[in-house]
Amino acid sequence: MNYLDFSGVLSRSDLLIKGVLLTAQISLIAMSFALVIAIVAAVLTLSPNRLIRLPVLGYVEAIRNTPFIVQVFLIYFGLPALGLRLSPMAAAILAMSIYGGAYCSEIVRAGIQGIPKGQIEAGRALGMSPYLIFRHISMKPAIAAVFPSLVAQFILLLLSSSVVSAISVPELTGTGNDIQGLTMRNMEIYMVIAVIYVALVAALKGSMTILERVLFPFKFLGR
Amino acid sequence: MFQQYSLTHVQFMIEGLGWTVFLAAVALVGGSIAGAVLTLMRVSSNSFISRAAQFYIFVMQGTPLLVTLFIAYFGAAYLGLATNPLMAIAVAFSFYAAAFLGDIWRGAIQSVPAGQREGAHALGLSRTHSMYYIIVPQAIRIATPPTVGFFVQLIKNTSLTSIVGFTELTRTAQIVSNATFKPLEVYLTAALLYFLVCFPLSLFSRRLERRLAT
Repeated sequence: MNYLDFSGVLSRSDLLIKGVLLTAQISLIAMSFALVIAIVAAVLTLSPNRLIRLPVLGYVEAIRNTPFIVQVFLIYFGLPALGLRLSPMAAAILAMSIYGGAYCSEIVRAGIQGIPKGQIEAGRALGMSPYLIFRHISMKPAIAAVFPSLVAQFILLLLSSSVVSAISVPELTGTGNDIQGLTMRNMEIYMVIAVIYVALVAALKGSMTILERVLFPFKFLGR
Repeated sequence: MFQQYSLTHVQFMIEGLGWTVFLAAVALVGGSIAGAVLTLMRVSSNSFISRAAQFYIFVMQGTPLLVTLFIAYFGAAYLGLATNPLMAIAVAFSFYAAAFLGDIWRGAIQSVPAGQREGAHALGLSRTHSMYYIIVPQAIRIATPPTVGFFVQLIKNTSLTSIVGFTELTRTAQIVSNATFKPLEVYLTAALLYFLVCFPLSLFSRRLERRLAT
């Protein structure tokens, strides 16, 4: 058994910091896109029109029942055959957004379905416009209700970003692979990387808890 | 120069699919054993034991599976064991699955109504007996749909073993794609094969869930 030596890994902390920043960046961008896709997809799957509902349901099921890495390969290696050549970064963000969007849309849909019909009727009775009803009566309480599930999904999305190292995006795991090549300290580097991911997840969880209090103060009334 | 994409290639990928399902099954068995231990630790009345299990779940769920795979892969060599890729993968997946199954099953045990436990206690059953005869049989019913759902996740996640060079479905697709230079067709085929296995399981999980709700 060898002893652990972290000096080679820690002396390259500048690379690690760059990797962390890139992981945070692509994850946050993908989360925002995923949420937008999710809201649109959730509203469309609740449409009474089959021609609108079925393709969206097809998208959700196709993404949920195939591996993320295959989706990444399809976008990065497959799309150029259709004339769309993306950089590794753009392919990674696109793949993560599509992937996260499918999972989040199920969550958002459950939230919208949980809104009592009477509340929407009450909004109509008060003369609110369809847009105001959608925004304040359907969407906001729905997102507030399912916010913890969305956060759990965002955490999975953050972790899935490690997979895009396979198409040479130099995020945290990709940086780890590079440092492993430089130092040959494979055990040490991946232990450090694992600790950083756990810290990132904890930070994301913590900031989302604060965000929840800021965005939806009505959830915490009378507690 | 490049091979024609043909049925022989698809056949090769279907063989890879066999390995994918095998890996997922190994992960489910290994993860179930470790997950059962973890579940019992989580519901233990000893707060140190339950905290330790909670910490394990927190760390495991906060680490990407890919990094766990690398650690298991290089860890075996580091400990001076001969690196058998299949062994390292099985260990990593079992540890990973245990963290999620432990969480799912704890939720199931805790969602059995408290009256059941109190009733068993009032009838003079010991803690172990009430767990074995009263709580767990009801918890299994509650836990089945999410466990099947997690098995789908396991099948999909075995695709990550292609990165450490294990020849399952995704790896065979990479090989075929390199040989034929038809990435779009090849990866669509791979996606379809995954879908054909995962979608029925997803539907099954959802049906069980609906039946439970009624």
